[in-house]
Amino acid sequence: MDRAAAEPVDRSIVIPAESLDTLIGALRDGGYQVWGAQERDGALGLAPLAAAADLPRGRVEAAEAGTVRLTDGPRPAYFDHTLPMQGLKRMVYPARERLYAAGQAMSLEEDPVEAPPIAVLGVRPCDLAALDTLTAVFESGPFVDDRFRQRRAALFLVAVNCMRPAATCFCASMNTGPRAEGGFDLVLDEVMEGDRHVFVVASGSARGRAVLDALAGEEAGQADREAARAGSQACAEAQRRHMPDGVAALLKQSYDDPHWANVAERCLSCANCTLVCPTCFCSTVEDRSSLDGAEAERWRRWDSCFGLDFSYLHGGAVRTETASRYRQWMTHKLSHWHDQFGMSGCVGCGRCIGWCPVGIDITAEAQALAASEQAA
Amino acid sequence: MKPRLAVWKFSSCDGCQLTLLDCEDELLDIAEAVEIAYFLEATRTTRAGPYDVSLVEGSISTADEMERIQQIRRDSRILITIGACATAGGIQALRNSRDHDALRASVYPSPQFIEALATSTPIADHVTVDFELRGCPIDKGQLLEAITALLKGRKPAIPDYSQCTECKLAGTACVMVTKGIPCLGPVTQGGCGNLCPQVGRGCYGCFGPKENANTGALVAEMAALGADRRTIRDLFGGFTASAPAFAAERERHDG
Repeated sequence: MDRAAAEPVDRSIVIPAESLDTLIGALRDGGYQVWGAQERDGALGLAPLAAAADLPRGRVEAAEAGTVRLTDGPRPAYFDHTLPMQGLKRMVYPARERLYAAGQAMSLEEDPVEAPPIAVLGVRPCDLAALDTLTAVFESGPFVDDRFRQRRAALFLVAVNCMRPAATCFCASMNTGPRAEGGFDLVLDEVMEGDRHVFVVASGSARGRAVLDALAGEEAGQADREAARAGSQACAEAQRRHMPDGVAALLKQSYDDPHWANVAERCLSCANCTLVCPTCFCSTVEDRSSLDGAEAERWRRWDSCFGLDFSYLHGGAVRTETASRYRQWMTHKLSHWHDQFGMSGCVGCGRCIGWCPVGIDITAEAQALAASEQAA
Repeated sequence: MKPRLAVWKFSSCDGCQLTLLDCEDELLDIAEAVEIAYFLEATRTTRAGPYDVSLVEGSISTADEMERIQQIRRDSRILITIGACATAGGIQALRNSRDHDALRASVYPSPQFIEALATSTPIADHVTVDFELRGCPIDKGQLLEAITALLKGRKPAIPDYSQCTECKLAGTACVMVTKGIPCLGPVTQGGCGNLCPQVGRGCYGCFGPKENANTGALVAEMAALGADRRTIRDLFGGFTASAPAFAAERERHDG
């Protein structure tokens, strides 16, 4: 996988941390609603921001397999936390939406897509990669999902390079982070040294450059740029989890591995992993009708390969056992996705590890399969 | 001719039948679409069978009920059980694994007048059931969907996914992952509308076990989070206590 490209940064400036509200104001002046991570009910979710003060400043996740707890971090950084529970996926691909309504005269009315321009502040490199992955799924090939396309086109992305990993992060081994190399309109590095607290702001697109030029800030010096790079480097080195090399090939040989039964003893087939995964794109459609039969509607909602109905074909479900469902998910994500879309379906965000109620860890399962295949 | 609807009560609290009356905005449409032929909670006027659709609330808890359900099955083209009592035996099924005579004596001053079976069992243990609506009580939206779909001859859009799926579709943060609260969501069928986790409570399983419920793995995690045997027993001993997957876990943690 090669998502890294030459950094298309044509200008970078330094602004004081207090100027985050100026940036939010500039985005608003550009016609965007501004969204960012906010703490609610003990978790982070993306929601409209009134001001920078709405951000979970100073908060970090104490994340482990099966645990995501927000707690006070060591310093008042705006972006020491990592990921909202469900990333950009909800914004470009709603969990439920009505596709069309039909009346008795066989008239069919497609629901218009509501896609107001939204700037998302604080998108992490892994989530940028996930958005690229979804874009490849929905916009490449002969069938383009126009609902996705319109919502995706309405997003203005303000990325933030990670300075601190959660314990569940493994983007470095998936080549998607912790430093964004493209796919954003603006990218921020939060630099804190002593009493100095600044953001290095760089543009990655023409419209990003226009917003940047409206901000008052000095050109970024070499020291700040190096501090930012060093921060990303340290963040990569601090990651404790790694996907083993060659996992795509490994999984093609692991179909009958006894380890799948071991996972199934622990797996709840509850579908949480797929519903927090920023690239899982499966959906189903549900038809509804009014009691008198005069009106009908078709709805689309997220579905999961962990459910029984998901594999229902004529006469019954194909994947009745949990082992076959976990295997389907993991092999698609890490192996068959390459065949289907020319990239990995996993971006290393670690959400499936943290949000699994029983803490099943995809990197540990991959390592166990590698060990099992080696022993065989 | 309009399809004829009947609503029947067995051992239960009436809450699920009440859900039909709670369809306030849709009630006139329902009365327009079907002939309500038997529904004692709504009207004393009754008509003899056969019926196109029977909604059956409650569990089989007496000898009389065992006979009555057979006649209702014979009179009904489609039979839908509604609620935790009808689909799993209800809270009253907690007696199933206990000494019935001693239990009766502990509750009633003159237990000889109580004509009850030693067990409370779901309707499907006695007759063929065409469709089940889970819950304590059932969800109004699911009830309307089931009636509408069956009258039109299409498959009801009532998924069998986990409660976790409802939480994640709604964007509700997991109470177990963020707060360590024991929750039956991963082993429970969704459909309630995400009622408890969205207010920070663990799911207590009123929709009963989902397909493939891996209760053992969930219990191991609950114990790791500090839940004691009694807490786990009581969680699995709620309104669907007698559903086999939950009953097994409750008994394993009893005593």
